[in-house]
Amino acid sequence: MTKHPKPDDKPQVETTGHSWDGIEELNNPLPRWWLWTLYGTIVFAVIYVILYPAWPMVNGATKGVLGWSTRADVQMHIEQVDASQTEMRASLTQTDLGALDRNPELMEFAMNAGAAVFRTNCSQCHGSGAGGAVGYPNLLDDDWLWGGMVEDIAYTVRHGIRNEDDPDARYSQMPAFGEMLDRDQIATLVAHVRSLPDGADPLSGPGGQLFADNCTSCHGDDARGDRTQGAPNLTDAIWLYGDSPEQVTRIITRGPFGVMPPWNTRLSEAEIRAVAAYVHGLGGGEPNAAP
Amino acid sequence: MQFTRIAILALITLLAAMAADLGRDLAYSVHATIVMLIAGGLCLWELRRVDEPRTLPQPGTYMDGPIRAGVIATAFWGIAGFLVGTFIAFQLAFPALNFDWSEGYANFGRLRPLHTSAVIFAFGGNALIATSFYVVQRTSAARLWGGNAAWFVFWGYQLFIVLAATGYLLGATQSKEYAEPEWYVDIWLTVVWLTYLAVFMGTILKRRERHIYVANWFFLAFIVTVAMLHVVNNLSIPVSILGSKSVQVFAGVQDAMTQWWYGHNAVGFFLTAGFLGMMYYFVPKQAGRPVYSYKLSIIHFWALIFLYIWAGPHHLHYTALPDWAATLGMVFSIVLWMPSWGGMINGLMTLEGAWDKIRTDPIIRMFVASLAFYGMSTFEGPMMSIRAVNSLSHYTDWTIGHVHSGALGWNGMITFGCLYFLTPRLWGRPQMHSMAAINLHFWLATLGIVLYAASMWVTGIMEGLMWREVDANGFLVNSFADTVAAKFPMYVVRGTGGLLYLAGGLVMVWNMWMTIRAPEARPVAATVPAR
Repeated sequence: MTKHPKPDDKPQVETTGHSWDGIEELNNPLPRWWLWTLYGTIVFAVIYVILYPAWPMVNGATKGVLGWSTRADVQMHIEQVDASQTEMRASLTQTDLGALDRNPELMEFAMNAGAAVFRTNCSQCHGSGAGGAVGYPNLLDDDWLWGGMVEDIAYTVRHGIRNEDDPDARYSQMPAFGEMLDRDQIATLVAHVRSLPDGADPLSGPGGQLFADNCTSCHGDDARGDRTQGAPNLTDAIWLYGDSPEQVTRIITRGPFGVMPPWNTRLSEAEIRAVAAYVHGLGGGEPNAAP
Repeated sequence: MQFTRIAILALITLLAAMAADLGRDLAYSVHATIVMLIAGGLCLWELRRVDEPRTLPQPGTYMDGPIRAGVIATAFWGIAGFLVGTFIAFQLAFPALNFDWSEGYANFGRLRPLHTSAVIFAFGGNALIATSFYVVQRTSAARLWGGNAAWFVFWGYQLFIVLAATGYLLGATQSKEYAEPEWYVDIWLTVVWLTYLAVFMGTILKRRERHIYVANWFFLAFIVTVAMLHVVNNLSIPVSILGSKSVQVFAGVQDAMTQWWYGHNAVGFFLTAGFLGMMYYFVPKQAGRPVYSYKLSIIHFWALIFLYIWAGPHHLHYTALPDWAATLGMVFSIVLWMPSWGGMINGLMTLEGAWDKIRTDPIIRMFVASLAFYGMSTFEGPMMSIRAVNSLSHYTDWTIGHVHSGALGWNGMITFGCLYFLTPRLWGRPQMHSMAAINLHFWLATLGIVLYAASMWVTGIMEGLMWREVDANGFLVNSFADTVAAKFPMYVVRGTGGLLYLAGGLVMVWNMWMTIRAPEARPVAATVPAR
């Protein structure tokens, strides 16, 4: 180890001669490297303000010799991507969605585009893995409220569900049965509905009578639902709002009213088609009906 | 005089009671109740001692009462701030800690400003007020000006903290970062702050040294600028005199610019200039060496003060802020690099000839670590202000890491060093109770900061890269939730770092407590040439 200076060594540099509460100051010069780095940053700053928009003037700021701006920059990037996708978008808009799988290149484009649209716009409710949440359908399974063919999905994305913004939105409303049935009847109905996935006959027993009087017009005599009205199949084990007695009681008493916004105001037709193809391809998509 | 005071306190109690009753929101009523209780209590206290003789302060001594109180308050609020910070760090890692039963009071959104204000204004602010009062008396050889005004500053500032903190929990906020308290709390802070300025200036004006010591330049710059920043950024019109809500005077991008002019200079003048004032007294004092360069202190002081005030727009890169403003904010930030480092050089080089003390003196080691973190974050700051870097770092955890390496490393460590310096001297003890505990505190804090900063660099850069990742067709690859999920392990590491830092703080509080409890070694108020 090098020799440490003893604490009582006299400093080599003079002090300024002041002393505050015993603190003195040496009169060392500015460190050279410090000063030159400071000058360097000043030179950098001067060059930068010449190159880029910088000084506010009477009518707007100096533009900088590079003519660069954040808005032009992002515009350029968007245009680049747009230009590289023009052809694919056009052919996606023109192709029959049901026949998409006959064009592997276009299919791959649609899947990538649809995934990006989904992550940005749909994942907030349906989850980034499309697994859904309470009140927001799982898009991975084959249980579809309004239809699982790719055109059905595209329609749902385009117009949404039960919103007030789009006159073509899918619409239906389950009544609040709390206004029509008493508590005992609802309790009977809840027990009955919860037994349907286990294979109980929808129309037998005291619950079956209530079911026949109140529910079959939408959910059907077989309780398998009706896609034209968005009425869910009650015989499977999939429960949009949960299967606990409390949840089912709440739904029957008050009626659900899940809303999805229309996306045709925010997404282009190509993007809607892409995301429909993506959701269709997640696993539960249904093939088109035979022509 | 005494009866006027009692009458005024009684009037305040009455008005506060009416305000509590008529208040339009919970936060306002709770605040009015707090004011009522304090004013009423003070009124009774004054009444009870009407006949007691007043003791005048001993002439020729320094006024150390508010400084002792400030040292205790600094430690207390420090622990509170670290505790809330650690808790919200774990809330981010484990959202279940946003309990249903405390929803609306103790969820992340309410606690986050509580944490930032507790560490910056309560912990940092008390440290600044206490050390500035200590330093200005010693380096001016003068007792604090203004008699009990210093006590008013101390207690008035604590009231500000309590009003701000309870307001956040009850939902009274302007939603301006680091300037969340609502209008009446702002007005109160202005009164307290101007009194602080008067006490500090008054003491400097009656100094018995010919020159003003460099630490006092920094303290004065900090007090004056913070007063200006606070007033301008909080210009707002209350919706009702009986409610906490107010509306900002500035709107849109002007409001954003004013906010970040304030926000950045809160860092620049509160956490940099003020703390450099601390550094310039306590580092040479503890090292027993002269300050390295008088010239450097002048040049870097004026350069820092001049440049910092322009750097705010770099917080608003790639926003609605015009490009020219962002450019100026960026280049001023770059030029700020060396002036910031001037303070580090002057601090570290002061140890020239006393480097061995890093090994033997844990307090010096804290100061050195603090200056090292100061140097690191004042390099990182200008770098992050560069547009291209900012396009990656903005809105990511990198910013959080940057702030904490400055706050935990520079502000925290130097404050701990000052508390270890002040505690034995203010209570007349030979030294801190346990040097080994200071050493332990040093290592707990350092390890905590390393875990914190490293984890935030990793998650910040990762998240920035994930956000911008696109595939060959130009489509986004990750959803926002993907980035959140990817950050989880680093969030746990960050929370662990916070736990270590908090543990270090608790060791310090124990050490201070044992020191203050120890038998007195020498008279508290040493006879000193003050007037």
